[in-house]
Amino acid sequence: MAVKKVTARRVWITSLLSLCAMLVAIAILPLIGSAHIDYGRAIAGQSPDAEILFGVRLPRVLLAMLTGGALAAAGVLFQALLRETLATPYTLGVSSGASLGAVIAICLGGSQVWVASLLGAGLTLLLVMAVASESRRMSSFTLLMAGITLNSICMALILFLQSFASFGQSFAIVRWLMGGIDAVPYTTLAWLAAAVLPSVLYLFWKSREWNLLAVGEDWAATRGVSTSTLILSGYLIGSFLTGTVTALTGPIGFVGLIVPHGLRLTIGADHRLLIPASFFLGATFLAICDTIARTILAPAEIPVGVITAILGGPFFIWMLRSRSKLH
Amino acid sequence: MIFRLQNVGMHYGASEVLRNVTLSFDRGELVAIIGPNGAGKSTLLGIMAGLRTHFTGECRLEEKPLAKWPRRAFAQSVSVVPQLQPVEFPFSAEQVVLMGRMPFSDGMFESAADEAAVAHAMEITDTLQFRTRDFRTLSGGERQRVILASALAQSPKALLLDEPTTFLDLQHQVSLYRLLRNLCRDGLLALSVTHDLNLAAAYADRIIILHNGAVVADGRPDEVIHNASIRAVFSTDVEIQQGPSGRPWIHYGR
Repeated sequence: MAVKKVTARRVWITSLLSLCAMLVAIAILPLIGSAHIDYGRAIAGQSPDAEILFGVRLPRVLLAMLTGGALAAAGVLFQALLRETLATPYTLGVSSGASLGAVIAICLGGSQVWVASLLGAGLTLLLVMAVASESRRMSSFTLLMAGITLNSICMALILFLQSFASFGQSFAIVRWLMGGIDAVPYTTLAWLAAAVLPSVLYLFWKSREWNLLAVGEDWAATRGVSTSTLILSGYLIGSFLTGTVTALTGPIGFVGLIVPHGLRLTIGADHRLLIPASFFLGATFLAICDTIARTILAPAEIPVGVITAILGGPFFIWMLRSRSKLH
Repeated sequence: MIFRLQNVGMHYGASEVLRNVTLSFDRGELVAIIGPNGAGKSTLLGIMAGLRTHFTGECRLEEKPLAKWPRRAFAQSVSVVPQLQPVEFPFSAEQVVLMGRMPFSDGMFESAADEAAVAHAMEITDTLQFRTRDFRTLSGGERQRVILASALAQSPKALLLDEPTTFLDLQHQVSLYRLLRNLCRDGLLALSVTHDLNLAAAYADRIIILHNGAVVADGRPDEVIHNASIRAVFSTDVEIQQGPSGRPWIHYGR
């Protein structure tokens, strides 16, 4: 199959189309739910439409979008950084650290679980960096080994804590680890947007360098890229994105895998196309999954991680099969 | 002199892979580096490419130590053709070649000059027909030519090649060395690590033999390639004759 040339026009068109898909989702998804609402009545401030739309559904859709976009962009980044299409935002241990922080908070009966989760993510990030920097220079390999090791340690500690937790705590831990989107205050959304959007813009700005790194470290170095600095900045930004959204929603699997890989198959591997498209369509995908999660068995809700995994599992198998055919 | 190495040595753990290598290279030279497996050829190339930094001695590009060169400025002068370059993602052959323009580009997109350099590099390496093909679907030899095109798109003053003919058929092996010879006439320094002694003898201006990490011979092909040097380094008896052009020709015998 021919791979299309990447031009500024193509990047703009792809980005705008993806943005339009996201805007359409923002317009439609808040209308879906067990209670029927009307935009006209909601905008006019009439009850209960205004409360349901602006107080519950819209913030939830926006949180799902920021989370989905951040995870998809981080997925693209980690796949390039590690030169592995099966890498996810969770491969390098930050989300396990976030989960460990959350589990400790749950076990101690703390109410600010997301703060503990953010602290856990930050500490793990520093530990992975310290271990990965032990060798002469930071490389994708040392980062991967350090990340996988810390990931295993955090998961072991989570299981250890859970084995001593009460029934209620254990339920809360399992629920948190499944991942879920809830309505959050607009101030929280504003802070999240302030963290996510500049990070994604930075990733987009460095697109051509991720292209080189996705081929190889020596390949990038012999084309003028300072690979150690680039790998370090990529790891920090990717982990920051992952840690921030995981602290609010818990780990939500497959978004960072399905969206980048599906897009790579359709629009190619160039990060100038992949990063904006992954952000906007990752946002759209998770918002749709969350709408399914909250409506399919309404009034009961399924954790969104279950929906992404149910959609992601078969996709993952198909991806492995197509990959083995190619090689 | 474009490259100057003074007493360069390197260890991998306890094993010494290069010792006291003192060499200099000028523009316009086509140099072949030969030697048995583990002689230190690729390590030497890696040092000159700026990829191996923990060596002893001194390596200078245009009289400036390699460590003092900013990465980007260095890449505007020196490009590398690796022995093997796996690509995991679906980049087209043209995108792979365009990556060679990175040291010259500032913005998010390639300029018209970049496009022209890429088209020229693909034309002279006979890869234009693969332009839109997924790099991963190309044969080994086709990939190697695309990699060469990417290195040439860098418009280098020095081109370092690590066993560039490994995957090439006979036609493209000969075309590669003819292309290098022509580029060297225009002032390029081409340094090729190779195991094909006949290609080296036929096209190189100068052959360097490395053995156990040290330079054991350095000179014109007819000065360097003879029974004693080949036997001493490769532990193999061969028959060496003079070809029609006066260059040595190696018969491997049976």
